[in-house]
Formats: sequence, structure tokens, C-alpha cells
Amino acid sequence: MKITTKLVTASALCLAVVAGPLAAQDASPSAGFYNALKGKKIGFVPIAMGFNETQAWRIAMERQGAALGYEVIVRDPNWSIEAGIQAIDSLIQEQPDILIIENIDNRSYNRMVQKSIAAGILTVQTQQRSEIPSDAYMGPDWNEMGRNAVEGMVQACGKDSGKNGKVAIIQGALTAPASLLQMAGIDEALKNHPEITVVSNQAADWDATKAYQIATTVLQQNPDICGIVGFWDVADAGIASAVKEANLQGKVAVITSGSGARESACDKIAAGDFSHYTSYNTAGQGRDLNAIIRTLLQTMPEPGSKPFDLVSPLIRITKENMTPSSCWTLEELAQIGG
Amino acid sequence: MTRSRSKLTQARIVLGIAVLAFATFSVLVPDFLSAGNVSRLLQNVSILGILAMGMALSIIGRGIDLSMVASMAVSVAWMLAEMNTGASFAHAFGFALLFSIAVGVINGVLIAYVEIPPIFATLAMGTAIYGFGRVFLLASDVNYLPDDWQWLNTIATAAPLGIPVSVLCFAAVCGLGHLFLRGAREGRYIYMMGDNPQAARITGVPIRPMIVGQYVLTSLVALVAGLLMAALVATMNTRIVGSTYVYDIILVAVLGGISLSGGRGGAGSVIVGTLLIGILLNGMTMMNLGYTTQNVIKALILLAALTIDSLVNPRDEQTSQQGDI
Repeated sequence: MKITTKLVTASALCLAVVAGPLAAQDASPSAGFYNALKGKKIGFVPIAMGFNETQAWRIAMERQGAALGYEVIVRDPNWSIEAGIQAIDSLIQEQPDILIIENIDNRSYNRMVQKSIAAGILTVQTQQRSEIPSDAYMGPDWNEMGRNAVEGMVQACGKDSGKNGKVAIIQGALTAPASLLQMAGIDEALKNHPEITVVSNQAADWDATKAYQIATTVLQQNPDICGIVGFWDVADAGIASAVKEANLQGKVAVITSGSGARESACDKIAAGDFSHYTSYNTAGQGRDLNAIIRTLLQTMPEPGSKPFDLVSPLIRITKENMTPSSCWTLEELAQIGG
Repeated sequence: MTRSRSKLTQARIVLGIAVLAFATFSVLVPDFLSAGNVSRLLQNVSILGILAMGMALSIIGRGIDLSMVASMAVSVAWMLAEMNTGASFAHAFGFALLFSIAVGVINGVLIAYVEIPPIFATLAMGTAIYGFGRVFLLASDVNYLPDDWQWLNTIATAAPLGIPVSVLCFAAVCGLGHLFLRGAREGRYIYMMGDNPQAARITGVPIRPMIVGQYVLTSLVALVAGLLMAALVATMNTRIVGSTYVYDIILVAVLGGISLSGGRGGAGSVIVGTLLIGILLNGMTMMNLGYTTQNVIKALILLAALTIDSLVNPRDEQTSQQGDI
């Protein structure tokens, strides 16, 4: 019995040694993979380069570009729609293989997306969707973000919480789809939770100071409020300050969402500033963008012919379930991103 | 000086509107009149008020500083960025201070010596400051107050004797502004320059150095406001440069009766303008009015104040000045 076992083990080992390299060879990417990507040109027009979402995508794409031999050209319009249109237009003239556009709203870049597709460029939209479909969309489902916010509200202020269910909502910019769709998601989900009452609904224009001001007023007017919902962690730091100032930290839930960057998310969750956080995990989004690039360059569909979505999976973070890998930093991404 | 003693100045008209708005909200909104709310009301506009005091200094001297928000955002964001690398407070704050002074000096030199109209010089400078900051000083738009420095947030959100620190800062800046404008010789010079630069020069006012000084002061006031803002919300987002915030600042100053053609108004005007905006914002937020509605009402009230002023104090050949905006 023993001998048999030994024999079997030995032969298995031999096989493994012989077959290992063979198997590796078989599973290795075809030369076609590298050829499809080498020397290609990717154009990228973000809303602005100055914040960590877009920087994270850029790091991810450039890391993969360096490894696989393609070039990433970034044009930064710095929040200006006009500059964005010019940037896209000039990139179309340069005929990249793929053009990645981060929409600033749902229609400003409609014509540019059409033009890019018509010019035979594979066109990708990120984060917010324009009305024109293109080859791929990568970003969160904002409705789902809103539904997640409602789950946070219910957890903090719902039936089983013993609280009064009073919440305030501090939105982003009223015209941005990220804000509109989140609000629609919230409205939809709140229908099932009559115990939650929205006592105030204001827009802070993605600005921390404005969010702070609205939150102080709301807290003053409703000192018994149970939770405040914000739409973007960076601005919602202002809500957290207002809550702290009113000595209500821990009593008033701050429900927010964003990229999951360590300093704007996990650090603040750990400090008790935010109680419920929904992350669309920009680190993962960078990987998704890279997957889109690899896929499109290998399959080379007719531009605009086969649109698909990579919806960003959401992560819900609270102080209790937070782990060291719940958030990311740009330094980490420079090492492992994409 | 006789003018301020006479009848209805714009500041008084606006004060009247403010009292009216206050009374209206007191009736319409429960809790509006509570002591807590009145202090919140002031607190929410104190940064705006401080900035408006800085803006007033340049407007009274017949200038304007459109680069104020950029100067504030970039200097303070740079300070936070330095703090995040572990720099000492003196080091980080020193950089911000030098940056603000440099911005003021460049603004002043462009306006006083190169003779570029203030509105264009500071408009271009605003863009230049932001660009310079983003390219050379700051890795990203949003800069956070590091953990070791959270005590700044604790101080800024404190309320000794029930008065929030930001309101105290606003009061201090306005007090100093008032003392400077009314008490110091340089303050009087600013009025003379605003009223009639040629006449001021003939009477021996050192106009060019005064202009430089005026913009340095404005930039320093912007730094104070920026420090308070960063300490209050524990971040500084330089994106504020691209917003319409600078117009809100001008609105507050002009609303209180600081004429864009210079030489009129003072710290009192800033306080009155700030109060009116504070009452409106607070009351409308408590009534849960939408953002756009709030903007429309704000704009209509500004137009009303300006219209009343124009009817009560009409411009004529004597009062209109060369270089009016």
C-alpha cells in the first residue's frame, strides 16, 4: 500500500514537472494579444485631473500601457465643458485607437461621442452616461447608489433602530446625473420605508463649505434629526464637521458615498465622521477600464456597433466591517493599480 | 462725510430690507428667532463676510480683486499639502503667508505700475495662481487637514460664550478693517484714491505704493478666510476657484453700499450686506427652498437694493466718475 502510494506520488510529481512548463505554454497569451495592444494610442478626457478618481484611472491605464506597450494621452479640461469639447475634438483629429471620455453630465458631450464613433474610433464613456451609447460604459449604477443610501438610512433610523426616522438629504449639483439618478434611486426605495421622513432636501453643489452650512442650519432646526445623507464624500466632510460641531457625532448618522479613497473614506469612517459609506471603488474601476481597453483592442468591433456596460460593483463600508483593503491610496495604486 | 449723515444711504436701505426679511422669516419659520439659530445664521456667512471685507478694501480704493478666491484656495491648500508631508506649523503657514503676500504684490504692481485695469489684471492672476498652484504646488484639487492637525478643526468649531469662533473672526476682521479705514492715514488715502485718484495724487498721496499695499491687504484677508474655511471643514478644495464664489463676495460688498466706482462704504456696509445674505440663506434653507429658487430670490433682492439706491441716490455728472465699471 505504502509503496503504491509512493509510486503514485512520484509519478504525479514527474508528470507535474514535465507537464508544468507545457501547460504554462498552452495557457500563455497568444502573440495576438500582445500585437493587438502594442503601439496603440488611448486618448483620455476626464472631467478634471485634479482629484483622486481620475488620477487613479490614469495610474491604472498608464501602468498597463507601460507593460503592454501602448500610449495613454491625457487632456485635462479642468471642469470646463468648452475645454472638454475642444480636447475631445483635437483627440479625434489625432485618431487614437480608443477614446475614453468622462462625461460631465448626460448631454454636453453627446455630439462629440457621435463624432468620435463616426471617425472610426472606439469610444468609451465613464462614470456618468451620456444619452448616446458608445462602445462601452464604465461606472456605477447611480440608482443603486441611491438605494444603498436608503439602506443606510433604514439601518440607522428605520423601524428597528428605535429612532424617529427623520433624515436630511444634501445633494450634489442638481443637474448632474450622478445626483439626479441617486435621488431617483432614493425616492424609489423610500416608498417601501414610510417610517423615514425627509425633513430637508438641499443641494450643496459638491462643495464642502456649502454642505457644512446647510448641515448646521438643518441641525439647528431639527436637533432631533437621526441621519444626514450626502452624495459625495469629499463634500460631505462638511456635513461631518457640522455634526461634530453640534456635539452630535455618533447620534446623527452621516451616510455618504464616493470613490473609496483612504483619506476621504476609510480615515473618516474610522474617525466616526461617516457612519455608512458606499464605495464604487475606483481602484477596481481602473482595472475595469483596463479590461475594456484589452477587450476592445483585441476584438476591434465596428465602433458603436456592440455597446456594453461594466457597472462598478459597490462596496458598503461601516466602522464594523472595515478592513485594511476596504480603501485605496494613489501610492498603493502606483504599485499595484490596474 | 455729509453723505453718510444724510437720508437713505444704500447701507440703510439694505439694513431695512434685512430687518424686513428677518421679521418675515421669524413669522414664517418656527425656531428662526432662537438664539442658536441666530448664531448659526451669522456663522454660516462669516467666511463670506471676511472675504467681503477684503474685497471692500480693494473696491473702496477703486479696484477689485477677482483673484481673491484663487489666492485663498491655493495658499491654504499649499499649507495643507505641506502639513501632510510632516512640515511644522510655522513652515507650512509661512509658505501660505509668503504666497499670499506675493500674490498681492504682483496684483498691485500689475495695476499700479504696469497700469492694467484691476478687473483684467486680477482676472488673469486668478487663473495664473490656480494654474501655478496645480502644476507646481499641489498634487490634487482636494487637500485634507492631516490627523495631527485636527485640533485646528476643534478650535474652529468651538463657541466660547456661545459665540462661534468664525463669528468672532468675522467681527475681528471687520473691526480691524473699520479701524484701518477710518483711523489710519493709509485708510483715508484709500478713500481719496477711490474718490478721485488724480486729485489724490496731486495732494501728495503715494498712489502706486498704496495700490500695492491695498492688494496685499486684500490677499491677506483672503488667507484669514481660507484658514478658517479649511479649519472648519477640515479640507480645502481648490475647485472653488472655478465657482461663482467671487461674485457672491462682490455681491455682499456691493449690496451693503460699497460702490464699484470706489470711495464709498466701509466695514458697516460689509456687515449689513453679510447680514442680509445670511438671513436670506438661513431662512430659505430652513424653509427648504430649492437651490435654484434660492439663487433667483438672492438675485432679485440684489437688483431691488441696487434699484432703490439708484432711485434714491441718482448718478449725475458730479457723482459719476471716470473709470466707472
